[in-house]
Amino acid sequence: MSHCGQTEIDTELQADKKIVLAGNPNVGKSIFFNYLTGIYVSVSNYPGTTLDISSGKMGDAAVYDTPGVYGVGSINDEERVARDIIMSADIIINVVDASHLERDLFLTQQLIDLDKKIIVALNMMDEVEKNNISIDLEALEKELGVPVIPTTAAKNRGLDKLKHSIDQATKGNSIFTNNQELAEEVKNVESETGNKADALMILEEDENIRSQYSSLKTVPALREEIYTARRQRVDQITDQVLSYDQNTSQLARKIGAYMLKPVTAIPMLLVLLYIIYQFIGVFVAQTVVGVTEELIFVENYEPFVRNIIANTIGLENFFGQLLAGEYGILTMAVTYIFGLLLPLVAGFYFLLSILEDSGYLPRIAVLMDRLLQKIGLNGRAIIPMLLGFGCVTMATITTRLLGTKRERIISIFLLGLAIPCSAQLGVIAGLIAQLDVFYILVYVLTIFAVYVLAGTFLNKVLPGESSDLLIDLPPIRLPDLKNVFNKTYQQTAAFVKEAGPIFVLGAALITVMQKTGLLALITRGAEPITVNWLGLPAETATAFVMGIIRRDFGAAGLTSIALTPAQITISLITLTLFVPCIAAMMIMIKERNFKESVYIWFGSWITAFITGGLVNLLIF
Amino acid sequence: MTLVDMTHGNKFIIDKIEDKDTRLQALRFGISEGSEIECAGLMPGGPVILKKNLQEIAIGRRTAEKISVKKKGMI
Repeated sequence: MSHCGQTEIDTELQADKKIVLAGNPNVGKSIFFNYLTGIYVSVSNYPGTTLDISSGKMGDAAVYDTPGVYGVGSINDEERVARDIIMSADIIINVVDASHLERDLFLTQQLIDLDKKIIVALNMMDEVEKNNISIDLEALEKELGVPVIPTTAAKNRGLDKLKHSIDQATKGNSIFTNNQELAEEVKNVESETGNKADALMILEEDENIRSQYSSLKTVPALREEIYTARRQRVDQITDQVLSYDQNTSQLARKIGAYMLKPVTAIPMLLVLLYIIYQFIGVFVAQTVVGVTEELIFVENYEPFVRNIIANTIGLENFFGQLLAGEYGILTMAVTYIFGLLLPLVAGFYFLLSILEDSGYLPRIAVLMDRLLQKIGLNGRAIIPMLLGFGCVTMATITTRLLGTKRERIISIFLLGLAIPCSAQLGVIAGLIAQLDVFYILVYVLTIFAVYVLAGTFLNKVLPGESSDLLIDLPPIRLPDLKNVFNKTYQQTAAFVKEAGPIFVLGAALITVMQKTGLLALITRGAEPITVNWLGLPAETATAFVMGIIRRDFGAAGLTSIALTPAQITISLITLTLFVPCIAAMMIMIKERNFKESVYIWFGSWITAFITGGLVNLLIF
Repeated sequence: MTLVDMTHGNKFIIDKIEDKDTRLQALRFGISEGSEIECAGLMPGGPVILKKNLQEIAIGRRTAEKISVKKKGMI
């Protein structure tokens, strides 16, 4: 299935040759993949974007993109996925960030040690020039023993040359050439595995590869020795090829530093949040949606469709109602998707793309680390949490980048419970922007309190300890607008594709429930909860029923009911905390398991109604 | 003296990384026992930001407390 914004492509291509793109996170592998195969994969400036393997064809060869990793191993899911593809490669294009050679060459050296044919794409040469670093390319080629092609992929420089040099990929100079002791060890294991790459991975204590050779005698655990030798070799190479011109201090570095000093960083974050609110909550949710929803769809499109239906099959029968009635597939569903949600989702992804590509996200992770530690997460969890405001489904997948199972459970639960997705958030922002600051505060503080309480609770009851933060801070970059628009389009299109059918089904279901009297029955049956406990009009039950199908669908359903400010606040609180959408549930089952997902689902029900009722009792 | 005792702008040498996993992770990032590092920031009660040439990484508090350092020149 296709979930928000992930391009999934067949991984079992028939081809003569297997070319694999490998590199550290955030070095531009996806641009190379895009160039070589013509398939678009989203590009961002933070670690952990590529989680599924993308594949495509270039002539007779199959090309694979892999998740960014700092080394080949089994530290997390990304590494395991990347390792398996790398181990089976015929040719590896190793994409290296030229401005981070010390870090990136560690992987390069490891790939060389694995005895693979390699060509290095020395990417981001523009950053190198800007930072006044000079790299001795000839010396680098000679030391590594593999071809090195300088590129600036984002500006389309060097890509053509790389493409035509792929066949020159060769095996390079491994660390074993100058280390007899380690070379002996590899040889010993290789005599049993018959494969140098597997032998090395076994010596590097890789459990998965080790388990493939059950007959293997005990082998020494040499990961630390090998890593240290490799690090020394890399430092030796960089000492030789790199020279810095120190006296430059640039704007991007300064901004990057200000983003990390609490005195300046917190005001910057608050300003950013305010801009997001103004852009999404005020400009898009009111001005733009006012035009698209009201003017285009409700005032022109809907009467037009109703007219056609009335003149053909008639409005006063079941099919007429199904197509163009109160919850009509062609009227309400279409208006919600295209008039209301599309502009909101596009606006959100536009902002998120800018944030991603600028390199600001990892810095927010550093800022929030201390707070997130209190709920058993570390700063990295801010990435799925922020993505969750875009689409909880997509965010649930990115929780893979978190270190432990414990952190994944906490963040998936919090995502399902207290993070409204962009479509829902947009509708909420539209409704809430009409209210006084007091109500907005009640809403925000309630959701925040539930988030913190639920997180603290899970942190207390789940066994084990969460991992600590260790994160790479990419340089601050000015986002490329073309890339930003491209990504916004991709994500928005994926949203329409995913949400569209569910909306149509949901609309049909509601019409059927209304015609059969089921809706009235539920509305009446739910009265003790909706009317007595939450203090809302009885018909809000419809919005909750819609919310089970999709939360944003439910929030959109509220827009057509007349409510007082207090009622809007309570219904929004309840709906935000209410069950995750069907797509998110399916992903949760896939990522975790059925039992946990059901707990999360019912946990959300209970939390939502209890919280909504308490706010009603205590505040209004 | 550990990483959390550093202040912005301090240059120092990594003396010992106690935890094995952290040591291996740090090796990949280019930071090993004996390497020369600059402190590029410190969140109060939070992570420490390290800088080596142009590479910046943030290390969580709990880990930072386990990495002992010595100031440059103090051998």
